[in-house]
Amino acid sequence: MSERLSAADVAKVARMARLNISAADVERYTQQLDGMLDHFADIDNLQLADVQPMTQPFPLVNVLRADVEQPCLDREEVLNAAPAAEQGRFRVPPSGGEDE
Amino acid sequence: MSNFSTATSIAHNVASGAQSAASVVEEHLQRISQREEEVHAFNLVTSAEARERAADLDARIARGENVGPLAGVPIALKDNMCTRGIPTTCSSKILEGWKPPYNATVVDKLFAADAVFVGKTNLDEFAMGSSTENSAFGPTRNPLDTSRVPGGSSGGSAAAVAAGFAAVSLGSDTGGSIRQPAALCGVVGVKPTYGLVSRYGLVAFASSLDQIGPFSHSVADAALLTEVIAGHDPMDSTSIPKPAPSLVSVLGRGVEGMRIGRVADLPEGADADVLARLDAAFIALEKAGATIVDVKLPSLSYALTAYYLIAPAEASSNLARYDGVRYGNRVAANDMNNMYADTRAAGFGDEVKRRIMLGTYALSAGYYDAYYGKALKVRRLISNDFAAAYANADVILTPTSPTVAFPFGAKTDDPLTMYLCDIFTIPTNLAGHPAMSVPFGTGQANMPVGVQILAPTLGEEAMFKVAAVLESAA
Repeated sequence: MSERLSAADVAKVARMARLNISAADVERYTQQLDGMLDHFADIDNLQLADVQPMTQPFPLVNVLRADVEQPCLDREEVLNAAPAAEQGRFRVPPSGGEDE
Repeated sequence: MSNFSTATSIAHNVASGAQSAASVVEEHLQRISQREEEVHAFNLVTSAEARERAADLDARIARGENVGPLAGVPIALKDNMCTRGIPTTCSSKILEGWKPPYNATVVDKLFAADAVFVGKTNLDEFAMGSSTENSAFGPTRNPLDTSRVPGGSSGGSAAAVAAGFAAVSLGSDTGGSIRQPAALCGVVGVKPTYGLVSRYGLVAFASSLDQIGPFSHSVADAALLTEVIAGHDPMDSTSIPKPAPSLVSVLGRGVEGMRIGRVADLPEGADADVLARLDAAFIALEKAGATIVDVKLPSLSYALTAYYLIAPAEASSNLARYDGVRYGNRVAANDMNNMYADTRAAGFGDEVKRRIMLGTYALSAGYYDAYYGKALKVRRLISNDFAAAYANADVILTPTSPTVAFPFGAKTDDPLTMYLCDIFTIPTNLAGHPAMSVPFGTGQANMPVGVQILAPTLGEEAMFKVAAVLESAA
């Protein structure tokens, strides 16, 4: 197996993806993802310098509408679906944690 | 074709008063009560709503009102399509109990066509999988042999039709999630052209690949349902600004003079029993007057790599919205970052986490060009290959799945083994083309084999013509 992906890489990726996973899971995911990257190396030797990337099946056209008020989702119904709401807003814990 | 009533005949009978919508619904609910415990096609059976809609429809027919093209047709919806006030879970714990505040466009269209919803079907969590074994609520079983998987990710929708729980159903197809389970359950499954059916209200997995489509017992039913759900929707910025195609009317036209592509450099991996049915399909079409032409798709073998970099990259972005703030479940924590990370760790299953991490890695600084950027270029090569092939062929035939339905647990140890199930279906999604699977006989263990018909962008007419001929020759 290649050394292309380390456990430290996977731990960092998990942090970036906001997934709090255990050390044992990091080991397991490292092995599985490294195996996939091995397989994905099949495109490494393709000559792609002159190829245009394709992000969508066809070119997108921006969709605009007139800037006028129109009916939207019911505020109460939306807030009722949230884990916590208060005074007509979503309630969340303080953002005191360290960020990258 | 199975012995269950088709949507076409149900709609005809109900609209003409020959059969009540109520009796049709009862017949299907009875089959659900008989076998659902064993099959587990549904996350939710909406019996009360179904009975209410059927009664309402019967009353309207009694008053002489006009009814829609799916009058009284029992339909099941994959549980990743938003239904207002009715739980939509994506078979994930993170959305368990969530009731959407709006309907997906396809749901409104089906209501308008007078279809009757019987329930929300099970799937691989967030449509990530090929066996429905990744559902947080337990797997669905193949109604034809309950020791085997129904395929995935729309396994519940395929099983619901195969078991006669619903006359038709809707699934979503990001890399084969309609066609592969259709093949494994012996039903028809269609992935329309990207943009033909609105994705508004379809919970996003990989937005440049996702497309909604039908499961049915017959090609005519699939054509009818595609007509109903297709068409431009301003709520979906990728919706094609054209009216829905007319498909039912082309079904009897045959394939005389059509050019059917056979892929000379088809990637290896299909079982001999599957390839034998594909050969038989070519012979049937040749007998019906079509010409078989060899086409080459040299980049096809790289499709799996391109797909498993692009789809997880898009998923890692799309699934960032599940953060325990606006909907779904939350794990309480003292600060916001821990709340996010604990909520997502508890709410997502193993495969979803794996794909989020793979996608995050492929998009991260220092790796973007090597993985995601390169995959987008391979996507272009595949699209170019198809364009060249379609200069010489009207449609292309391949296997849908490399194997018949496999036993539970057969491919769960190594994620890559499961990914290989999609080898023949993925290229279509990358190109944005339509494709469908039609049952064409049986293979090992007497399990059904599906033949896949691929067509260029908006080539649904040609695709359905071929499907109709294969259906009558099967």
